[in-house]
Amino acid sequence: MRGCFVTGTDTGVGKSVLTAAIVAALRAGGTDVVALKPILTGLEEPPDPNWPQDHELLARIAGGRPEQAVLETFDPAVSPHLAAELAGRELALDELARGIRAAARADAALVIEGVGGLLVPLGPDTSVRDLARELGLPLVIAAPLIGLFLNLDAPAEAALTLTLLVGTPALNFLGLIGAAIAVTLRRGGLLVAVIVLPLTVPVLIFGVAAANAAVIGPVPFGTPFTILCALTLMSLVVGPFAAAAALRQEME
Amino acid sequence: MPLIDLANPTRFLRLANQTIPWLGGVTLIVFAFGIDQAMIAPDDYQQGATVKIMFIHVPSAWLGMLGWGLMSAAALGTLVWRHPLADVTAKAAAPIGAAFTLLCLVTGSLWGRPEWGTYWVWDARLTSELILFLLYLGVIALWRTVDDPSRAARAAAILTLVGAVDLPIIKFSVDWWNTLHQGASVFRLGGSTIYPTILIPLFIMAVAFTLLFATLLLAAMRNEILRRRVRTLHLMQANAVN
Repeated sequence: MRGCFVTGTDTGVGKSVLTAAIVAALRAGGTDVVALKPILTGLEEPPDPNWPQDHELLARIAGGRPEQAVLETFDPAVSPHLAAELAGRELALDELARGIRAAARADAALVIEGVGGLLVPLGPDTSVRDLARELGLPLVIAAPLIGLFLNLDAPAEAALTLTLLVGTPALNFLGLIGAAIAVTLRRGGLLVAVIVLPLTVPVLIFGVAAANAAVIGPVPFGTPFTILCALTLMSLVVGPFAAAAALRQEME
Repeated sequence: MPLIDLANPTRFLRLANQTIPWLGGVTLIVFAFGIDQAMIAPDDYQQGATVKIMFIHVPSAWLGMLGWGLMSAAALGTLVWRHPLADVTAKAAAPIGAAFTLLCLVTGSLWGRPEWGTYWVWDARLTSELILFLLYLGVIALWRTVDDPSRAARAAAILTLVGAVDLPIIKFSVDWWNTLHQGASVFRLGGSTIYPTILIPLFIMAVAFTLLFATLLLAAMRNEILRRRVRTLHLMQANAVN
């Protein structure tokens, strides 16, 4: 049985897209693919007109019918072990593994999409990790890059990146002032830090406030963010002129 | 006499020698009167006698900001008009202003503990006042790092003018942000909201603090001029030996 098992660090990180991409790449390379999402939850959710359900997507990319791309389906959009409990069923590891092996074909690659993240429980003491280990397929983990460290969701990540993009020029231009003042000094290193630190505090305050506002609110993100933009624009004007004046004074 | 007459350091020294003694005496008298008035001022209905920290805290805050304002004016004098005593004023005013700012932070912190329940909070006014103190330290460090006084003066002048943007931030921080520190209650449109029995002693103490600032400033300026003369004499002596 060759293929891979696609899982993620969380739900909603992009497993379906990644799985579909792997299937499409294999098919473009001439390999037949059996794509399977063994456990699917959330069927009772209203369907998104712009995005197909996971099993429909896999069926469309791999070829085949959506019903062939799933083993167990549940209506409520909850964790699999909870959904099984609500439905009065049990997700047995060996049954799932048997079902998956039965769907595999000798001449095709088997691409399995997991459910939720790697540690999502399937029963009282089993998880997706146990299923992956049982199957023995190589693991592909979908993980957002910075979110890996910060555990942020996409809008918060975007907001944080935006504040960093906007605030960094302010720090650069304020540091310009300190550097220009201290450039001709022999022992100017620590002095630059002492000079620049008070000037950078407002930028740091508003940058953190904007990032906080994006994650937990209650202030709307725009309020501290526009002030951060204003600080950057002001430092863009004041910084070079002050630095030029400092350099000119030192040249005389 | 016009300001330009004071540009002559010798004439300024003569003026300072005459002025400092009686200015110091007046300072002591006004302080005595102010402290007496502060002691007999009524207690606050909520804070009790703790409110009297205000008589030290508020004038030191005002003087800390006045110090930086004076340094900014001196900075303009150095950069634009090249007034000879401008850099002496700026260099002398920096440690005094820093001391008043530190006094404001410490007394405010001690006042905050019984009234707010905390010694410190990162609200807008406290943070901007702390930034002012850090700016003072930066400027003092800059003065000491550059050997040549006139070059140090120009570098410090630029830093002073850049840091002057903090002064309106401190003043309006209680309006622009939701702060724990109380809002403007003395200098505001519509008049002060403090009752005269407390407001009058506050103004007397503010006058006393200002006189103290002036006395210390003149003494420090005199010292700075003498220090520069000593430096010049040393340089001349070193040249003569060579």
